[in-house]
Amino acid sequence: MRVTTTVNGTERTADDVWPGESLLYLLRERLGLPGAKNACEQGECGSCTVYLDGEPVCACLVAAGQAIGREVTTVEGLADGQSLHPVQEAFVEAGAVQCGFCTPGLVVAAHDLLARVPEPSDPEIREALAGNLCRCTGYEKILDAVRLAARRQATR
Amino acid sequence: MTTTQTGARTAGRIGDNAQRPDGTLKVTGEFAYASDLWHDDMVWGVTLRSPHPHARIRRIDVAEALAVPGVSAVLTADDVPGENAYGLEHADQPVLAADVVRYEGEPVALVAADHPETARRAAARIRVDYEVLPALTDPRRALDDDAPEVHPGGNLVRHLRVRRGDPAPTAPVVVSLDFEVGMQDQAFLGPESGLAVPAEDGGVDLYVATQWLHVDQRQVCLALGMPPGKVRLTLAGVGGAFGGREDLSVHVHACLLALRTGRPVKMSYGREESFHGHVHRHPATMTYEFGAERDGTLVYARADVLLDGGAYASSTAAVVGNAGLLGLGPYRIPSVAVDAYGVFTHNPPCGAMRGFGCVQAAFAHEALMDELAAAVGVSPVEIRQRNGMREGDRTTTGQVIDSAAPVAELLERVAAMPLPPPLETSDLRNLPGAVGNTTHGEGVRRGVGYAVTYKNVGFSEGFDDYSTARVRLQVVAGEAVATVHTAAAEVGQGLVTVQQQIARTELGVERVVVVPADTTVGSAGSTSASRQTYVTGGAVKAACEAVRTAVLQRAAVALGGPVAGLALDGDKVVGAGGEVLAGLADLLGDDAVEETVEWRHRPTHAVDPETGQGDAHVQFAFSAHRAVVDVDVELGLVKVVALDTAQDVGRALNPDAVVGQIQGGSAQGMGLALMEEVVVADGHVRNPSFTDYLLPTILDMPPMRVEVLEYADPHAPYGVRGVGEPPTISSGPAVAAAVRVACGRPLRRVPIRPEHVTGT
Ligand code: FES
Ligand code: FES
Repeated sequence: MRVTTTVNGTERTADDVWPGESLLYLLRERLGLPGAKNACEQGECGSCTVYLDGEPVCACLVAAGQAIGREVTTVEGLADGQSLHPVQEAFVEAGAVQCGFCTPGLVVAAHDLLARVPEPSDPEIREALAGNLCRCTGYEKILDAVRLAARRQATR
Repeated sequence: MTTTQTGARTAGRIGDNAQRPDGTLKVTGEFAYASDLWHDDMVWGVTLRSPHPHARIRRIDVAEALAVPGVSAVLTADDVPGENAYGLEHADQPVLAADVVRYEGEPVALVAADHPETARRAAARIRVDYEVLPALTDPRRALDDDAPEVHPGGNLVRHLRVRRGDPAPTAPVVVSLDFEVGMQDQAFLGPESGLAVPAEDGGVDLYVATQWLHVDQRQVCLALGMPPGKVRLTLAGVGGAFGGREDLSVHVHACLLALRTGRPVKMSYGREESFHGHVHRHPATMTYEFGAERDGTLVYARADVLLDGGAYASSTAAVVGNAGLLGLGPYRIPSVAVDAYGVFTHNPPCGAMRGFGCVQAAFAHEALMDELAAAVGVSPVEIRQRNGMREGDRTTTGQVIDSAAPVAELLERVAAMPLPPPLETSDLRNLPGAVGNTTHGEGVRRGVGYAVTYKNVGFSEGFDDYSTARVRLQVVAGEAVATVHTAAAEVGQGLVTVQQQIARTELGVERVVVVPADTTVGSAGSTSASRQTYVTGGAVKAACEAVRTAVLQRAAVALGGPVAGLALDGDKVVGAGGEVLAGLADLLGDDAVEETVEWRHRPTHAVDPETGQGDAHVQFAFSAHRAVVDVDVELGLVKVVALDTAQDVGRALNPDAVVGQIQGGSAQGMGLALMEEVVVADGHVRNPSFTDYLLPTILDMPPMRVEVLEYADPHAPYGVRGVGEPPTISSGPAVAAAVRVACGRPLRRVPIRPEHVTGT
């Protein structure tokens, strides 16, 4: 099957896609975008979170074919050229990144939260990120990062 | 002396909160993890694993699998060219099972194909004719005369005896208990992955996520029948490790397929396979007894610890070592009798996980410490302070603790931290069960619990524990650049940052490049036992010092004066008063000054086989936790409200990273106390997924206050003390204690399940 979809603003096509392939596999193995991660491939960890038509989804739960003709934004598409998005910047500065395997998914989820709720409370942050597992940090510095990004965005 | 908050950032010498050099790549998705590797004409490898915990393989028929279009190779035990055996401490585990499988999930065959799904479907067509055999799955039966033998020679991996003081002690107050700890999974998020590329010299290059490249290389060479020069390993991006990458996973398999097909082979486990593809934390069955004076001062301790090692040895012997040598906790005890056993069963193999043998024991000794406190009528904090180790005390093996042992102070600090506000029922999110709307506060009780631990840092019992660092200083485009090369595995903990900080400190340069870890430089030892900042940090420091000495000697010759008083600062050589004497660019020209140093910590020693006495460890690290929980005692649901800790880290080379280690480690301990268990029934893993194996989410984790003490260890580089493991050891027992207080039940097993809390 041929899949044509817009990824990070550019139209991309992949041929010979097996119908059982996920959007995650399409991105990682066929389009050269391994930013979205594959920690569980069962919808349980959020490491594969990407935007599909502006909605965050677990790319591992979306069939590649479902992305045909739609817009996908991945973690690779968040920075503006060389300058990091404030959420990305905050994750680095707050020490929210250790192994970093959860980071792409968390960055997209936090990006989505702050777009909807510019000044989230702690319970709101926790609720919004509840689908993203991190095994390294205990989440404290991830909370710090989201708070920091919110502050930064408010002052820009 | 205390740092708790995110501080100001500087360019990053030691003691600064330098940022990770790989941070930007990780937030943009560009950092290449092992599972991201890709090669032009690569094929995918998959593993066929045993569905039985114990069976004889009568025949394997691969014809149908080989006939699947797109399949380029199908391999079985017959295709292993070298020795079909590997293992960290004993090579007892087949690369591919030959005649017998000893646990569910044991690798039996491999397939390479052009698409991972093709490979999986082909693997399903391999016909293995098994004769199912009776399985030994109860570790308590492993040493019975009539127990099935997992390996010839019996089921005992190691029995460690520790005896000290009065062999028949008595005491006016005696408390005892039995305790069980379930099997925990490391659950690193980055799945086991690697890429093997066949090389023109007939060898192979392997890019893999691991904790110790050189011990992998040794095992891969043995299995491939190749010399080290032909098997080159490079560390690929590691998505967490926690002990679960000490043993081999895809390593030999990917190399075998690459050598057979002549093509690069990528292997990457799915989450279910990952649960079968690495060792877990040993489940433990323990019996403990404390005898004390009426005021609670310990007179003696006895402990019996049984660890289920599963089907292969892995690092069980060393885990038994820790459980036996450290398993009575950080207390002064005149008389001790400990017996720790590790046994073989047909359960999944167990081995290294953060905390390594101390985690299991701590649940028992800390529960018993609370019993003793209750029996003599003092508080949990007081009983621990009264018995807590101090500098100069002897451990249960007779070793003198020759640096800080601030048990009492750590407890004092956690006890002095502010308590969270009382239960607030108007927002459901604050309650156990949360928006599940299971309670509005009725039946919810609060509990507070304490725990303290100590953990050995580095490899013990006489192991030759060293690391190698190669450091180069040169001037590039007018700027002094230091390059640091080690084989040490960065697994997320921030060693790459610390290496840069050390080089900046020692060489006075701004720019430090840490090149990828590989086997072209000597071994760095394992990223485990909280040892890398100490040991590889020590090696990098020593190599930097050697480079500095060489450069300053050149400067002295050039300047025609003595070396004394010269120093490096940026790209200049300066004198005692800071005056610039020479530019490095002039001094070195195009030369690079490079030094390689193999660095060792003070030697440790084997313990006496009869008494377990001896100086087994190089350093001890101490931490204390206080947990506050709200428990719905009717439904058995637990919400951890606060998890606060104090830890002595000797010296924090990167305070933010230290706090990050402590918070993450605390979360893993809490997970074991409340939710994390690999459920194994009759040798079968029942929950190999993140749907059924529960990890703490951001909703489960409470705010964590961290106080970092810095009592420098005079024997360690910069005074550092290992950081990574203690928090995983003391957090869980503190949580368990708090739940006990809230629900009033003894809770002698972790993870604590709702039915244990309610007693139903
Ligand atoms: S990989 Fe998609 S949710 Fe885990
Ligand atoms: S940083 Fe490792 S999983 Fe989050």
